[in-house]
Amino acid sequence: MSQPLVRPKRKNPLKRTRLPLGPQGVRSRAAHGLTAAAAEGRFALQVCLDCQTVIYPPRDACPSCLSARVLFRDVDPGGTLIAETTVRTSTEPYFRERAPWRIGTVQLDAGPVIVAHLHGDAAEGKRVRLELKLDKSGSAVAMALPAKETEHMADDPHLREMTCDPKFRRILITDGRTAVGQAMAKAFADAGAAIVFVGVADAWKPFPGLESLRKIECLEIVPLDVTDTESIAEQAEQNGSRIDIVVNTAEHVRPGGILNRRGLTIAREEIDVRYLGQLRLAQAFGPILRFRGADGVNSAAAFVNLLSVHALMNWPSYGSYSATEAACLSAAQCMRAELRPGGVKVVNVFFGPLDTEWFQTVPPPKVMPAALANAVVRALQQGVEDVFVGDVAEDVRQRLAVNPKALEREMAT
Amino acid sequence: MISATTRKSYEGVVACLPVTIPYRRYSTNSAQWWLGRALHELVKRSGLRPKDIDGFAVSSFTVAPDTAVGLTQHFGLSPRWLDHIPFGGASGIVALRRAARAVQAGDADIVACVAGDTNHVDSFRKTLATFSRFAQDAMYPYGAGGANASFALITKNYMNRYGAKREDFARICIAQRENAVSIPHAMMKKRLTLDEYMSARPIADPIHLFDCVMPCAGAEAFIVCREDTAKSLNVPSVRILSTIERHNAYPGDPIQERLGTEDDVGQLWSMAGLKPQDVDFVQTYDDYPVVVMMQLEDLGFCSKGEAPEFVRSHTLTNDGTFPHNTSGGQLSVGQAGAAGGFLGLVDALRQLTAQPLGSKVPDASACLVSGFGMINYDRGLSSGAAVLARLA
Repeated sequence: MSQPLVRPKRKNPLKRTRLPLGPQGVRSRAAHGLTAAAAEGRFALQVCLDCQTVIYPPRDACPSCLSARVLFRDVDPGGTLIAETTVRTSTEPYFRERAPWRIGTVQLDAGPVIVAHLHGDAAEGKRVRLELKLDKSGSAVAMALPAKETEHMADDPHLREMTCDPKFRRILITDGRTAVGQAMAKAFADAGAAIVFVGVADAWKPFPGLESLRKIECLEIVPLDVTDTESIAEQAEQNGSRIDIVVNTAEHVRPGGILNRRGLTIAREEIDVRYLGQLRLAQAFGPILRFRGADGVNSAAAFVNLLSVHALMNWPSYGSYSATEAACLSAAQCMRAELRPGGVKVVNVFFGPLDTEWFQTVPPPKVMPAALANAVVRALQQGVEDVFVGDVAEDVRQRLAVNPKALEREMAT
Repeated sequence: MISATTRKSYEGVVACLPVTIPYRRYSTNSAQWWLGRALHELVKRSGLRPKDIDGFAVSSFTVAPDTAVGLTQHFGLSPRWLDHIPFGGASGIVALRRAARAVQAGDADIVACVAGDTNHVDSFRKTLATFSRFAQDAMYPYGAGGANASFALITKNYMNRYGAKREDFARICIAQRENAVSIPHAMMKKRLTLDEYMSARPIADPIHLFDCVMPCAGAEAFIVCREDTAKSLNVPSVRILSTIERHNAYPGDPIQERLGTEDDVGQLWSMAGLKPQDVDFVQTYDDYPVVVMMQLEDLGFCSKGEAPEFVRSHTLTNDGTFPHNTSGGQLSVGQAGAAGGFLGLVDALRQLTAQPLGSKVPDASACLVSGFGMINYDRGLSSGAAVLARLA
């Protein structure tokens, strides 16, 4: 059983903030196949298409038949921990300050042997289940978890190095006026967040849902307008050093394509709220997050972008909106590179049309705001960085993987 | 498998001129400097001129961006036979057998086999982080414990499977320390007690401090040539009775319990015309004591799993019932990178020609030298062995 996490005390302002370090994140190109799987929370290894051998470590030829047709496929993550050690001294400062650190040799049922990080409840000689995780360097590592759930499992300190669990962390939800923002506040409160800051622009304007927001105990409504650089800077100054996870819920959904819309007013608004809003938040909160990436139990952990899945492939009915979302995705990739030195994850949550007023005319299936919020919390608990929520999002993802050109044509109809 | 035809003997080929450049914990000099010192010593002691060296085999981890080719210009050599053997603990055996065949075939007359590495304050970490692609992808990100962590897993499994105890490993380490007491440049030459061994600080359980080698800078070298060449140089030399080499043996074993030599060992002894009990001392590759045990088993001194009992029932010092790692091995002298793969072989040449650096093995006329190394991912991939004998 893992030791339950203790709510961290208020930070002593005189104490030096521990600076973030990472394990070595360099990988061969083939090994980044593991990173791709870990980013989505899948357990995938190379499988030889010619002889079905499951392969690890990743390579460029099958060691059984020398075929080059070795592709990453989801495989059975079950295995047995045959030997373990506790590393007490390491050449890397990251592990030195986290020692002792347990690793072990896992014989997978699927064939290969994997040296993995060990969850505290994974025991030598016992069954384990491997998961691929993104470590603080942003590259994939295998972690052996006990075959069955154990108590307080998520609180294991090694596992928490790989996840962004909201428990005892402080969250900023940037827009509380939206249905998604409100669902997000509730989901994070339920997940054990210490404080949920909810941004509201023009607080004097009432909005539906305000009363139920106020009932959430750990919630604090703060003035925040993503289109106003000053308002964001003020909020970062006020609370930035105690915000561990930023969830950008600002949205701007308007139907219409490019040719069929007159003028640029809506496009400008879209870009101001979504793209420039994201940049303003990143510039104000990003540097503090990156600095606080190793700041104890409630270290800075993640910046969450909610993106339409049409960021990946334009949906002409919402064509200008899709283009703005694509710009947000591109900026998120840049933010990933910039936040990685702090061990802070940028989590991109791709959703299909939401069950909200702005998608009123769109037929089902649609995503309930609560479902989106729960998916975000789950993604942070698992430590993944790419999530697809809803049937439409999953559908687009799969079609994109098979034939992007077909998807492009089909989106128009 | 293509079956082996009868292997040709190494008749007429010898190894001679064992050279060790005294080790240092850290060095501000480059690997090229250390290799140069060893070559210089070979030339000084043999009376050869650099241009007489027409074969050159080099083993080093820290010589980048050079390879053996670049080193020929660096050292002013013009060899007609050249080899680069960065095989870690197997370097010595591999260099010996390749050079012997080159000399035997007439492709070279005098082959200088040289191994050396430097040790800057941060070079060990850098070597670990980029040791191999699999190490980079699948081992170093896991605690960055280096070889200590990999061998901890192998040791733990061996203890679980065969009942070896830390006290058994201690016997190997303590005896080797005794052999090192008279070696001037040994990194550790204070006698080691069982208490000190047992209470040493843990590094990666069950590996403790005295199970580990100390990284250092140093170089080792020897010459392979024809017997008549050695005679004309007036240097004592050693016959090569047999050798074996194997890489990535038993890839299906989930964790390493045997090295590469188990299947080839029959050939090693039959080619030598000797049995394990006929050799007067044994040099194993000793980066960790568990590896010593596996070599004792796989090379025929005892059965699999019986090495713990074997070391309990023998004394492993130079004056003991089973003289082993006669200069103290890497566990005492230190691990000068790839030179660690030469250390046992070079001291074997000294013992067999009655010119040891430290204490002498009485009446040594034949020995076995074994090499092992290259933790590419989770196990050592390369192993080899040679049986050597004093010239009658």
